[in-house]
Amino acid sequence: MTDWLPSILAEHGDDLIDGFLITLQLVIISMLFGIVLGAIIARGRMSKNKAVAGLAWFYVALFRGTPLLAQLYLIYYGLGQFSGFWRDVGLWGFLRDPFNCAVLSFTLNTAAYQAEIFRGAVQALPKGQWEGGAALGMSRFMVFRKIVLPQATLYALRPWGNELILMIKGSAVASVVTVYDLLGETRLAYSDTFRFDVYFYAAGLYLILVETLRRVWNALEQRLTRHLRREDDNSAKNAAPGAGTAAAAQL
Amino acid sequence: MDDSLLGLLRFGPDGWGDELLAGLQITVALALATAPIGLVLGFILALARRSERAMARVPATIFTTVFKGLPELITLFIVYYGSSLALAWLLGLFFDEPIFEISSFVAGMVALGAVSASFASEVFMGALAGIPRGQLEAADALGLSRWARMRNVILPQVMRLALPGLGNLWLVLLKDTALVSVIALPDLLRRTFIAVGSTKEPFFFFTVAIVIYFTISMLSMAVFQLLEARYARGYSK
Repeated sequence: MTDWLPSILAEHGDDLIDGFLITLQLVIISMLFGIVLGAIIARGRMSKNKAVAGLAWFYVALFRGTPLLAQLYLIYYGLGQFSGFWRDVGLWGFLRDPFNCAVLSFTLNTAAYQAEIFRGAVQALPKGQWEGGAALGMSRFMVFRKIVLPQATLYALRPWGNELILMIKGSAVASVVTVYDLLGETRLAYSDTFRFDVYFYAAGLYLILVETLRRVWNALEQRLTRHLRREDDNSAKNAAPGAGTAAAAQL
Repeated sequence: MDDSLLGLLRFGPDGWGDELLAGLQITVALALATAPIGLVLGFILALARRSERAMARVPATIFTTVFKGLPELITLFIVYYGSSLALAWLLGLFFDEPIFEISSFVAGMVALGAVSASFASEVFMGALAGIPRGQLEAADALGLSRWARMRNVILPQVMRLALPGLGNLWLVLLKDTALVSVIALPDLLRRTFIAVGSTKEPFFFFTVAIVIYFTISMLSMAVFQLLEARYARGYSK
C-alpha cells in the first residue's frame, strides 16, 4: 500500500506525523497560555504605578532581548538543578518532562511578545472611545469590554498571526532538549538511516503549515474587517486596521 | 556560596570568564559577518520582487517565502549537513580522502544570511513603496543616470524608512546566532553549556549567558536609536 512512497517516508512517515502533532500541541498550548499572561503583562505596562510598569517593561525587554534557546536551557537544565526543592513542593513531576519545560519557556517568551501586541492594539485606539463610553455612564471595565476590546482585537489580529507563525518556527528548538516534535523526530530518523532527504520532507511539512496559516489568517482578517472597507475600494490593504499597527507592534 | 559562584567567572585556567568572553566574540563576529549578507541580498531580493519581469520576481518570491517560513534551526541543519554531504560527494569525484569540511561558522553565515535577507527584503519592499513616485520622476527630469538615481535619491530615503525594521532584524539575528551552538560552533551559548557540563552549575551559568545577551541587545538598541535620529535629521520638527 505504501509502495508509492519514498522508502524513508514509508519507514518513518508516521513518526514525522507524530512529531508534527507534538509541534502543534507545543504551539497551541503555549500560545493560549501566552494570551493570558500577555494580557496581564500588557495591563502592567499601561499601569500608572511606576513600579508595576517598570517591572512589566523589564519582563518584556528581557524575554525579547535574549535567545529562546538560552531561556529554554535555563528552565530545563537550570531549574532541574534544584530537583530536591521541586520534589518537596511537588512540582518535580511537571518539570522533569522536557515537553512541559518547553511549554513553560515558550509561554513565558511569547507572553512578552503578545503583551506588546495587546498594548499596541489598545493604545492605537483614539482616547475618544474611552471618553465616549464614560460619557454614556459606563464603568471603565464595561467600556473596555464593550468598546475597546472588540476594536483592539481587530488591530491585534495581524500581529498575533505573525507571532503564531514565529512560535511555530521557534518551537523547533524544543528538539534540542529531547522533545520529539517534528524536528526531533526528523533528527531521530536521520541518525537512524543517514537518509538526508528526511530533512526536506520535514521542511515541506513546516512550510505547508506556515503558508496555510498565513493564508487562512489573511482571509480571516479580510472577513472580519469587511465593514471597514468602502465598496469602491479594491486595495483592501489600505483599509485594514492592522496594516499600520502590524509594523509597530512587531518592532 | 555566592562568592564561590562568582569565582567561577574568573579569568584564567581556574575560571570560565575568558572562555565565555571568547564565546561572546564568536557570537558577535557571526552576527557582524552575517548582517552585510542579509542587507545586500535583502535589497537585491526586494528589487527583484518588485520587478515586472517574472524571471526575477518569481524566484525571489519563492526564496523569501521558503526562508521566512522554515524554522531557522532546520535551515541550519540542511545547510550544515547538506553542504557537507554535497561537498564530500563533489570532492569524492576527484580525491580519495576528505580534504576539508564546511565549518559551522560558514554554515551559520549562509543559513542565517538567507533568513535575514528574506526578512530584510520585506523591510526594503515597504521602504521602497514609501518613496513617492515624484522623487523618481524628478531624478529623471534632472537627467540623473539610473545609478545616480539609486545612490543619491532612493538609497538615502530608503535607509531612513528601513532603519527601524533593520534594527529589529539585527536583534533577531543576534539572538538567532545562539542556534549555531547546536552544530557545535563554540559561541557564547555553547561555551556556557561546556562550563555547565564541568561545573554542574546550570542555573548560574545560563543566567550569566542571558545577562550577557540582554546587555548586547540593549546596547544595540541604543546604537540604533542614535542612527535613527541621525537619518531623521531632515524630518525633525
